[in-house]
Amino acid sequence: MPEITRDEVAHLADLARIDLDDAELDHLAPQLSVILDSVASISAVASDDIPPTSHAIPLTNVFREDVVTPGLTAEQALSGAPAQEQQRFSVPRILGDEQ
Amino acid sequence: MSGTTDWTRRTAAELADALATGEVTSVELTRAHLDRIAEVDGAVHAFLHVDAEGALAQAAASDERRAAGTPASALDGVPIAVKDVLATEGLPTTCGSRILEGWIPPYDATVVARLRAAGLPILGKTNMDEFAMGSSTEHSAYGPTHNPWDLDRIPGGSGGGSAAAVAAFEAPLAIGTDTGGSIRQPGAVTGTVGVKPTYGGVSRYGLVALANSLDQAGPVTRTVLDSALLHEIIGGHDPLDSTSVDLPVPAVVEAARQGAGGDLSGLRVGVVTELGGDRQGTEGWQPGVLARFQESVDLLVKAGAEVVEVSCPSFVHALAAYYLILPAEASSNLAKFDAMRYGLRVLPEGIDNPSAEDVMRASRDAGFGDEVKRRIILGTYALSSGYYDAYYGQAQKVRTLISRDFEAAFEKADVLVSPTAPTTAFKLGEKIDDPIAMYLNDLATIPANLAGVPGISVPSGLADEDGLPAGIQILAPALADDRLYRVGAALEAALASQWGGPLLDKAPELAGGPA
Repeated sequence: MPEITRDEVAHLADLARIDLDDAELDHLAPQLSVILDSVASISAVASDDIPPTSHAIPLTNVFREDVVTPGLTAEQALSGAPAQEQQRFSVPRILGDEQ
Repeated sequence: MSGTTDWTRRTAAELADALATGEVTSVELTRAHLDRIAEVDGAVHAFLHVDAEGALAQAAASDERRAAGTPASALDGVPIAVKDVLATEGLPTTCGSRILEGWIPPYDATVVARLRAAGLPILGKTNMDEFAMGSSTEHSAYGPTHNPWDLDRIPGGSGGGSAAAVAAFEAPLAIGTDTGGSIRQPGAVTGTVGVKPTYGGVSRYGLVALANSLDQAGPVTRTVLDSALLHEIIGGHDPLDSTSVDLPVPAVVEAARQGAGGDLSGLRVGVVTELGGDRQGTEGWQPGVLARFQESVDLLVKAGAEVVEVSCPSFVHALAAYYLILPAEASSNLAKFDAMRYGLRVLPEGIDNPSAEDVMRASRDAGFGDEVKRRIILGTYALSSGYYDAYYGQAQKVRTLISRDFEAAFEKADVLVSPTAPTTAFKLGEKIDDPIAMYLNDLATIPANLAGVPGISVPSGLADEDGLPAGIQILAPALADDRLYRVGAALEAALASQWGGPLLDKAPELAGGPA
């Protein structure tokens, strides 16, 4: 029976960039184990010769003509920005303290 | 139909006729719906945002076109509500999430652009489970929507707001989106009609993606014909969506009108054994729902259809495949909510000069609700190396098996039928902290999303146990959406003559209250 431990949930949350607190980890870890347990049966269903389906209606190589069309203005693109400066998105520091 | 002066009780087709003959103006009927919203939405909470001013301005423009003899479409002037997962330029779009609170998109989704071009005034944005994750709208960060049939019960989900708005006569039409049943299941539990078109039949551009390979926008209405009229407007190829099918919209309106004649001679209807089709009160299937389903099947036979039993053995694995594929796609999609370019930005407490990553973590923790976090973490798990083959890879293979089951079934039958949802509306709060119980509600609707085939839910009547609406689901092969409308309209006509009118006439009057 598959199980996701509390530590694993903390690691996955870290990968997903979600800052879960202890109470959330206590709450989510057992729920995720139950969900995983209920979907685990799937690992034995299909044999190796079954091809995977990623899209139900297969379409390949959808191209358009390479012509310039109007896009958002800088003002529109920045209209929802939490912070902006000189027509750019202003973000917190992206490098570590030591860098 | 009672209250002929009450425009909110009319169907969209009737409103279109009344506009065409000059019996009413778009401003008058848009105002009637806005008044209805003000009267009952305090109790129902179908809307997250009402745009009275914008809707009335669009209605006035529609009346001018009408006066000039140049209506933009068959539904020009008929107001509509839009699920809050579709981008609307100048109107808030939250997806039921705190992380998008206050966000105003700088562009329209293609579906919204087509509604505007066709002249339908947009009344507002409807409530939904956060990022369309849920079957009850209880996962909305802005509070649940209440089922107009019983305000203590869920209206279904994720598109409970759209279904409730239509069921409560706050809007004649609404747009929903369906990733695992989010149009059809709310339709079933509110006594309304909901259609999930063929995958690729309606553009996904501007639809905030939950699971790209499963999402599909479609009509939410009170009648099959109204859904067809709306489908015709929103459907069709869109170069802005690379998964959009480059084919004409099937002749859905013609099919609905033809179906209403009631003759289904020569049609083969497949009852799916694995979707309640064995008519046994097996685990999870409510007897009253199965009884109404059987009655509907009998009416299809009466209309000339031939019923065959079909078995789709892989469908029993559909739920498991879905709850791996959906979280996997969702965890990837929701990575874009990073607090950098738009949406909520929260500075973490107790950190001096926080990094962008610190801010992301704090913002995503504060902005996402429990169900969204559950699914992001599950998806991250399913996609991580070491588990990928066992879970996500297997789920994709099961998807192939489900498509093959559909192909085999459609050899034997022109359409497939099942109850839409295994139960009627449950009580608010009943399943909120039991994800598996919540997921089981989508048992019958999920296979269609995995295979990309179209489906409709039509009211089948009220369950004996609780007097609440149940629905029958009709499924057709990909690109044969017209069959849904033919069969749905025939069944709707047969049921209405049995009931002596539409099912919603039996719904309790909503007491007016402050909005």
